[in-house]
Amino acid sequence: MRVAKGITSRAHPLWLAYILHRLSGLGLALFLPFHFWVLALATTDPERLNGFLSLTEAGAVKLAEFGLVFLLSVHMFGGLRLMALEFLPWTPAQKTLAAGATAGSFLVATLFLIQAI
Amino acid sequence: MTSKTLKVTVERGADAQCQFEVPAYESQTVLDVVSWIQQNADPTLSYRFACRVGMCGSCAMMVNGVPRWTCRTHISKVLDGDAVTIGPLRNLPVIKDLAVDMDPFFDKWVAAEAVHHGALTRDDPIAPVDERSEERVTANAGIECINCSVCYAACDTVAGNPDYLGPAALQRAWTLLNDAKDEGRVAILDAVSGRGGCHNCHSMGSCTTYCPNELDPMSAIAGLKRETAKSFFKRRRS
Amino acid sequence: MITLRLYVAQRITALLMAPLVFGHLAVMIYAIQGGLSAEEILGRTQGSFAWFAFYGIFVVAVAIHGAIGLRTVAHEWGGLKGPLLEVFMWAVGLGLFALGARAVWAVTFA
Repeated sequence: MRVAKGITSRAHPLWLAYILHRLSGLGLALFLPFHFWVLALATTDPERLNGFLSLTEAGAVKLAEFGLVFLLSVHMFGGLRLMALEFLPWTPAQKTLAAGATAGSFLVATLFLIQAI
Repeated sequence: MTSKTLKVTVERGADAQCQFEVPAYESQTVLDVVSWIQQNADPTLSYRFACRVGMCGSCAMMVNGVPRWTCRTHISKVLDGDAVTIGPLRNLPVIKDLAVDMDPFFDKWVAAEAVHHGALTRDDPIAPVDERSEERVTANAGIECINCSVCYAACDTVAGNPDYLGPAALQRAWTLLNDAKDEGRVAILDAVSGRGGCHNCHSMGSCTTYCPNELDPMSAIAGLKRETAKSFFKRRRS
Repeated sequence: MITLRLYVAQRITALLMAPLVFGHLAVMIYAIQGGLSAEEILGRTQGSFAWFAFYGIFVVAVAIHGAIGLRTVAHEWGGLKGPLLEVFMWAVGLGLFALGARAVWAVTFA
């Protein structure tokens, strides 16, 4: 409890973005070996691969997949944010506008994608 | 207000905590509270201060887990109910009670080449500086640092990576890099590119959030990252 | 514990992977429509040089990126340093590359 308070007392939005980026990266790095191993079953044990793939229909696994996709996209957007912060010496107002424009475009494109498939 | 007492916890050493009841009054600063304890309750309490007006940078402490300049922080702004916890600055070795050893902090200023690299002598005419040039404006943004080490104490990267030069030293390196009077460009870029250099920064921005003078070391470090990356590709090509 | 060289490698692989991640997310959203099967995945990827290049580059980049990232975390949160830290980084990088290369090969040309 004291440790938790020691950390959260200094938390602020950018710090939360940092911790989210670190934890999502860590999660992805831990998941990748498993991901690769399952795919390699295509040659060594196709039956077992299908077994794993049919598991993806289960609710709990779907939730875990949601988590993984979230980790991937949050790490990518967090990384793009970080690189924009480092390499584009813009004013805060310009950054807000750029972030807004990107978020807006992404929303439109996602809506299109959902309609298309 | 005058009848109120504050419950003050002072962190002294690894797990030693002392509780004090301190009378509250108007416009009381955290430093006032610490001074009251030293003068009225426990004369052995060690702490450090000098100017009391936010210029000297010697009175910074952890207040409820947040690094602050105690002489310019009103206690009413940081109270948790009527309680407050005051501890020595984070990320620096404690000498005694609330006084920390600032040597590692200043050693890193030197290690970052955050020192003046002059080329002129007293016999040369004074070089004119264009106050409105882009470089001067960039340098000016960071020169009001008072070396209080609040950013250094706020930084989690320093906490996990003791070799990291930290926000204050790197910000000074950045102001010198943009200073027309400084000739140390190559030395600075090399110094901030080592194992403890600017590339260890994760842009968590605690330095900028807690800097009492509202400076922006995080953006200064981003500037160093850009300049070092540029020179990295230039050196490869030539 | 990150030098300029590692920093540049980290950022270059990140920039390289940004469009690849977008592609990977799109493929995932598309591929899970109507369930997943080995036949469906292999039908898409087997013998395809384009998929081999796409995921081959992805694996190389992620091995470098992940190794440098885990190096930082191992140092800051795990206290790992010195030669042990270097060994750890290379082990992660080579391990991720070996596993990833094997997987890409399995779904394309094996």
